[in-house]
Amino acid sequence: MSSLDRRRFLWGTTAVGATALLAGCTSNETPQSTGAALAGASGANTQPGKQVTIGFSAPAADHGWMAAMTKNARAQAEQFSDVTLKATEGTNDVNQQIAQVETLINDKVDVLVVLPFDGKALTEVGRQAMDAGIPVINVDRIFDTPLAYRTWIGGDNYRMGVNAGNYIAEQMKAKNIANPVIAEVAGIDALPLTQERSQGFKDALARSGFSVGPRVSAQFTSESGEQQTSNLLQGASRIDALWNHDDDQGIGVLAAIENANRSEFIMVGGAGSKNMMDRIKADSSVVKATVLYSPSMASSAIALARLLGQAKGIGDLAEHEIPALITTYSAVVTKDNVDQYMDVGFDS
Amino acid sequence: MVAPQRELTAQQGVGKAPPSPGERKWSGGLSFDVRLAGLLGVLLVLCAVGYATRPDSFLTEANISTMLRLAAAIGVVSVGMTFVIISGGIDLSVGSIVALSSVWMTTVATQSYGPAVMVLCALLVGLGCGLVNGLLISYGKIVPFIATLAMYASARGLAERLSGRRTQVVTETGFTTFFRGAFLGVPVLIWMLALVFAIGWVVLNRTTFGRRTFAVGGNAEAARLAGINVKRHTALVYGIAGLCCGIAALMVVARTTSGASTNGLFYELDAIAAVVIGGTLLSGGRGTLIGTLIGVLIFTVLNSIFTQNNLDTDIQNIAKGVIIIAAVLLQGITARRRRVLKT
Repeated sequence: MSSLDRRRFLWGTTAVGATALLAGCTSNETPQSTGAALAGASGANTQPGKQVTIGFSAPAADHGWMAAMTKNARAQAEQFSDVTLKATEGTNDVNQQIAQVETLINDKVDVLVVLPFDGKALTEVGRQAMDAGIPVINVDRIFDTPLAYRTWIGGDNYRMGVNAGNYIAEQMKAKNIANPVIAEVAGIDALPLTQERSQGFKDALARSGFSVGPRVSAQFTSESGEQQTSNLLQGASRIDALWNHDDDQGIGVLAAIENANRSEFIMVGGAGSKNMMDRIKADSSVVKATVLYSPSMASSAIALARLLGQAKGIGDLAEHEIPALITTYSAVVTKDNVDQYMDVGFDS
Repeated sequence: MVAPQRELTAQQGVGKAPPSPGERKWSGGLSFDVRLAGLLGVLLVLCAVGYATRPDSFLTEANISTMLRLAAAIGVVSVGMTFVIISGGIDLSVGSIVALSSVWMTTVATQSYGPAVMVLCALLVGLGCGLVNGLLISYGKIVPFIATLAMYASARGLAERLSGRRTQVVTETGFTTFFRGAFLGVPVLIWMLALVFAIGWVVLNRTTFGRRTFAVGGNAEAARLAGINVKRHTALVYGIAGLCCGIAALMVVARTTSGASTNGLFYELDAIAAVVIGGTLLSGGRGTLIGTLIGVLIFTVLNSIFTQNNLDTDIQNIAKGVIIIAAVLLQGITARRRRVLKT
C-alpha cells in the first residue's frame, strides 16, 4: 500500500509542478512599442473650442488592425483638451453593439463615431442617432444608407490592389523583365474586400500588359499563409513578384519563403503592420513594400468628430462643411518613405 | 460509448477476425490489406495526375519534402485521432488544443525561458487538455462528442484570451533554427512525423496498451469483464491525442514562426476525414495507422496538385468531398469482391 501511496505522491507532485510551470508561462507583457498615429489640428482649428463629448463604439480589438483602430481613437481624443471620449467596450455581438450605441444616444453625446461590426446590421441604429440630431461618423464598414451617417471615412480595398499592381509593374519595368511571373496570395476569397483587392491588382497589372500568374487564397491567418505559399512556391520555380493581401498572414508567407530558400523575387505586403515596416526598413528580406489600409483613419474620425461638434470645416478646403465621404489613400510604403509611415504601423 | 455489434464486424471483415482482449492483433499494421491497397491506389492515381499535369515540378525532391512538411502537423494529430476513434470515441477538440498549445508556448514569458521550456510547455498543455477530456469522458461519464465539443470551444477561447488574438512571433531563434533545420538531409519536421507514426504503430500493434485500445473500442463491457481498467485506459487514450496536439503545435509554430489562436483551424475535420478514409471504423474496434497516414497524404497531395495547377480553392473543396466518398466506396467494393472470391 505504501508503494501505491508513494506513486500517487509522485504523480501528484509532478502534476502540481507542471501546472505551476505552465501558469508561469502565460504572461504576455511586452514593452510598449508603437505609438499611435495622430492627426494634428492646423490653423484656426488648433484653438480649443467648445467642449465636445464624442461617443465611440467599435468591434472587439481581436486582431492587430482592429486593436490599433481603438487605440488610435483613444489616443487622439486625449490629444484634445476640448474632447471627452465616451468609449464602449468593443464587442463582436451585433445586438450588444446596437445597445451600446443606443446608450450613447440616450447619454446625449454631441457626436457619435461608430465602426460597426456589420454595417448592414447597425444601419438602423445609425439612423436613430441621426434622427435624434446626433451626427454620426461611420468608420470603414459602411452603413446601407447615407441617412444613417453624417460622414463616412474608410479605406479603399480596390486601390490597395491598384497601388500594389502599379508598384510591381513599375519595378518589373525598371528591371527590364518582359514577361514577369506575378504571384498573388489573397485573403478569404468569399469576402467582397478580397475580391475588390484582387480586381484592383488585376486591373493595374493589365494597364502595363502584365497579368496575375499563380494565385492562392489564404485565410488571413499566418498558418494558412504558410501552407498556401509553400505550395505556390513549389509550383512556380521562378517568380518575379508576389503580392500578399494581408500582413498578418504575411508572417506565415515569409516563413514559407524562407523555408523554401527563395529570394529571386520582390514581395509587397498589405495593410501595413509594424513587423512588415521593420523588414522593409531593414531591407534584408524579399519584402520591399507594403500597401496601406491604415488604422490611422480612426484618429481622423475622432478629429472629424471634434470639428463637427464645434461646427468647423477642414482647413485648406473651400468647403464650409466637413465632407460627407472621405476615402483614405492606400499609400505604398517602401524603404525610401518607411520612416514617415512608422507611426501608422500596427502590431500584428 | 456504444459497443459495435460483434456479428456486424465479422460480416464486414476482410478476412480478419474481430479483435478481442485475449487475441493478438498483428494484422492491424503492416500486413497487406485490400482496403489499404484501394487507398494506396487513390494516392498513386493522384500522384500520377500531379506528375502528368506538372511533370517539371510535382515529383521533385523539393516538392515531396514540402508536401511531407505540410502533412506533418495534421499527420501527428491524426495519429492521436486514430487511437481515440479505435477506442470507440471521437475528439473534436484537437484543432483548438493545437491553437492553445501554440499560443501558450509562444507567450513572451515562455519564450524568455528558452526553447526547451517552449517544447515542454507545448507538450504539457496538449497532454493536460487531453487528460481533462479523458477524465471528463471516463470518470465524469460525459459522452466524448459533448466533452470534446466543450474543450473545442473553451481551448480556443483560452488561446484567444492568452494571446489577445494577436499573432505571437517567435523571437527565440534557437527554437526555429532547430525545428526548421534538417537532419541527414531530411527536414526535422518529417523526422518527427515518421517517429510519431513509428511509435504510434508499435504502441498500437505491439503492446498490451494497443490491444486494450482495440478491445475497449470493440466492446467496452467485454473489455471490462476481461479485467481491463476501461476508465483509466480511456483517459489515457485522450491524453495521447492531446499529447499529439502538443507535438503538432510545435510543428505549426516552427513552420509559421508564430503562435496564434487561429492555428489548427478545422484540424478536427481534416483528421477525422483522414482517419475514416484510412479504413478506421467510426464505431471503434478496428483501424490502422498506415491507412491514416495514406489518408493524410491523399489530402496533402490533392492540395498540392490544385495549387501547382493554379486552380481555384472552391473546386478543391468539391474534389475533397468526392475523394472521401470515392475512397470509402472503393474500399467497400474491393472488400466485397475479396469476400466473394473467398467464399
